[in-house]
Amino acid sequence: MENLLDVADFVPALAEQNIPTLTRPSLSYWQDAWLRLRHNKRAILSLNLVIGLLLFTLLGPVFWTYDPFLQDLDSISQSPSFGTTALVVADTGNWEGVTTTSTPSVSPLANLSATTALKVDGIATTQYVRLFWDPVPGAAFYLVYRNDHQPESIQDLGLPLAQTHNADELSFEDRLQLSAQAYYYTIIASDGLREAETFTTVRFELQRAITATQAQERNLPTLLDTIVQLSSHPFGTDYLGRDLLARAMMGARVSLFIGIIAPFIFVVIGTIYGGVSGYFGGNIDISMMRFADFVIALPFLLFMILFRIGFGIGPGESGIFPMLVALVVLSWPNTARLVRGQVLLLREEAFVDAARLLGANHWYLIFRHMIPNTLGQILVTLTFAIPMAIFTEAFLSFIGMGVAPPTPSWGSMSNEGIRSMLSTPHELIFPALCISITVLAFNLLGDGLRDALDSRMRSRE
Amino acid sequence: MTTYILKRLAIGLLTIWFIATVTFVVMHLVPGNPLANEKATTAAIRANLESRYGLDRPLSEQYIIYMRNMLQGDFGIAFSEENRAVNDIIREHFPVSATLGILSLLFATIGGVLWGALTAIYRNRWPDYFIMFLVILGISVPSFVFAALSQFSILQLNQFTGRSILPVAGWGGFRYMVIPALVLGLSTMAYLTRMMRSSMLEVGNTDYIRTARAKGLSNTRIFIFHQLRNAILPVITVLGPAIAIITTGGFVVESVFAIPGLGRYFVQSVAQLDYTVIMGTTVFFGAFLVIMVLLVDILYGFIDPRIRLQAKP
Repeated sequence: MENLLDVADFVPALAEQNIPTLTRPSLSYWQDAWLRLRHNKRAILSLNLVIGLLLFTLLGPVFWTYDPFLQDLDSISQSPSFGTTALVVADTGNWEGVTTTSTPSVSPLANLSATTALKVDGIATTQYVRLFWDPVPGAAFYLVYRNDHQPESIQDLGLPLAQTHNADELSFEDRLQLSAQAYYYTIIASDGLREAETFTTVRFELQRAITATQAQERNLPTLLDTIVQLSSHPFGTDYLGRDLLARAMMGARVSLFIGIIAPFIFVVIGTIYGGVSGYFGGNIDISMMRFADFVIALPFLLFMILFRIGFGIGPGESGIFPMLVALVVLSWPNTARLVRGQVLLLREEAFVDAARLLGANHWYLIFRHMIPNTLGQILVTLTFAIPMAIFTEAFLSFIGMGVAPPTPSWGSMSNEGIRSMLSTPHELIFPALCISITVLAFNLLGDGLRDALDSRMRSRE
Repeated sequence: MTTYILKRLAIGLLTIWFIATVTFVVMHLVPGNPLANEKATTAAIRANLESRYGLDRPLSEQYIIYMRNMLQGDFGIAFSEENRAVNDIIREHFPVSATLGILSLLFATIGGVLWGALTAIYRNRWPDYFIMFLVILGISVPSFVFAALSQFSILQLNQFTGRSILPVAGWGGFRYMVIPALVLGLSTMAYLTRMMRSSMLEVGNTDYIRTARAKGLSNTRIFIFHQLRNAILPVITVLGPAIAIITTGGFVVESVFAIPGLGRYFVQSVAQLDYTVIMGTTVFFGAFLVIMVLLVDILYGFIDPRIRLQAKP
C-alpha cells in the first residue's frame, strides 16, 4: 500500500489559511432591507417627510416662539402674512368731529347735489377713518356708505355705516372691522324724504396701524407715528387671532403623541399576545384568538367614544390619555392575529426544532426565534398603524369627542376651521394639509418598508 | 354548510353578548350619578327618577334586567327625552344611516372593482399611475376635508349655474344623498381599488389564465370570465369590515352634511350624556355589524366552495 499521507498533513491549519475569499461583503437581513429601501424613491422621500415632521414638532417651537394660546382680537382670521408693518397711532380717544351751524338752505323742491369735498382727518388707518365733508344745501342729514370696490350705481354703495343726526353734523368716524385695504366711502345727502340722486365717492387706502396701548401690550416701541414690525403669521391666524403655525406645531405634539405612542404600545401587546397564542397552539390558541375576535367585533369609533365617557370625560373636555388607552384596548387584536399567523408558520421550521433539541425553553424560543423573525412584518404593521391612529384622533377631535379647545390638535383645528371655510379657507387648509401629509408619508413609508422587508408581499406587486 | 352556518351563528350570538356586556360595564364605570344634573332638583325627584330608570337596584340585578330587556329587543327609555323609547329613536334615525350606508357601499364596491380592474389592465402605464395616485390621496386625506371640499364645489356649481342643482346639506330625496354617499364611500373605494389591483395581478399569473390563453380564448373573454370573476372573491371578504367602516364613518359625514342619521344622533346624545340612548345605540350598531359580517361570511361560503370544504372537518 502506497503511503498517500505524510506527517505534514496532520499539522493543524493556521486560522488564516484556506478561507474562501468573499467577493462581496455579506449583508444582514436589515442591511439588505435598508439597501432595498434606499432604492425606493417614494419611500425615501416619505422617510424624509417623517423626519421633517418630527423636527417640525420637536424643534419648531424652539425657533417659532410665538405663544399658541395668545389671542389677538385685532388680527382675527388673517390670511398668511410675512413681515407686516404697522403705524403706531395715538389711542383713539374722542374726536369731536366737524360741525357747522349754518347749513345753506334752498327751496324745498330743488334737487340735492352731491357734497363737493370728502376728506379724511389725519390719515386713514385700520384703527379709525375720520371722514368730514362740506355741507350740501337743503340737506336734512347725511348717509355714509362703505364699499370695497368702486360703486357702479346708487344701488351699489355697499355697507351702510351711519346716518347723521342732523344737517349740522358733517363728519363720521368709521371704526367698524377695518382691514388694511382700499375702501370706497360714499356720502349721500338726504332732505328727510328722499336721498340725493348724485353722490360723492372717494377712495381711501387704509394703513395698518396699532394704538400705542396695543403696542405696549405686545412689547413694541410705543413712539407715536413710527413704523413697527408686527409679528408675522406664516399660516395666518384663527378666529381668536391665535397664530396658526404655533398652533399647528402644538397640535402636532398631540396628534403625533397619540399617533406614535398608541400604535407602539398596542403593537407590542399584540405581538406578545399573538406570539404566545400561536406558539402554544391548541386550546390556548383557540380561546385566546376567540377573545381577540370578540374585541375586533366591537364597533371601533363608538367604543372610542364610550371609553371616553367611561373615563368620566364630559362633553367639551380634552381626553388625550383616555383616547390613548381606548386606542390600545381596541386595536391590539389585529397585530395579534398577524403575529400568530407568522408564529404558526415558524413553529414548523427546522431551526426552531434544533433550538428545542438544544434545550431552549418556551420563552427563549418565542422571544429569541419567533418574534425576531416576524420583526419585519411587525415594523410594517406599526408603520401602517400610525396613520390609522392619527386619523382616529383627527376624526374624534373633529366631531368634538377627542381633544377639546383650547388644546390644539390637528383634528380640533380642522373642526374650528370648517365653520368659516368659505370666508377664511386657510384655517381649514393648514391643519388638513398637516394631517394629509403625515398620513401620506407614513402610508408610503409603510409601502416601501413592506417591499423591502417582506419578500412574500414584494413578489405580488 | 349547515354546520358552518350554525357555528358562525353561535359565535355571532356570543359576540353580541360580549358587546352588550362591555357596553354595560363601561357605562357603569362612569363616576358620579347620571342623574346628577339640574333635572333632579330634590331628593324625592331623584329617587323617583332612579326608580324609573332602575338605577336604585344593585348592579347585578340591573345587569340581568338589562340583558332580559335586550333579548326582548327593548333598549329602554331615553334620559333626555322622557317617554321616548330608544327603540323609537333607532327606528326613526337608523333608516337614514342605512340608506346612506348602502348607497356609499354600492358606490365604493362598484368603483373599487372597476378602478382596480382598470389599473390591472393598464399596469405600469399612466392610467395605472394616475388611479393609484388618486387611491393614495383617497386613503390619506380625511373624509371631513372631502366633505368640506364637496360642499364648497356644490356651492360654486349652484352659484355658477344660478340654480340649486344639488343641495349643500340636509336630507330629502336622492339629490340629498348622492354627494354624502360619494364622500362616505371614498376611502373604502380607495382601499378596495388597491385590493382589487393586487388580486387581479395575482390571478393574472395563475396557471388557468395561461391555459385559457393557450387554448385561444379572446382577451376580453379571459378578462371578464376568468380573471375578473376570480379576482372579485377576496374583495367580498372585506365587505364585512367595509360595512363597519362606512357605518362609523357616517358620524363625520352626517354631522358635516347635517343628515339626521343615527350616527349624528349618537354624537348628540354623548354630548347630552344620555346613557340609555348611548348604550342602546352602541349595542344596536354592534349587533348590526356582527350580523353583517356573518351574512358576508355565509355569502362567501356560497360563492367560494373552498371555504365550505375547509370548514367541514
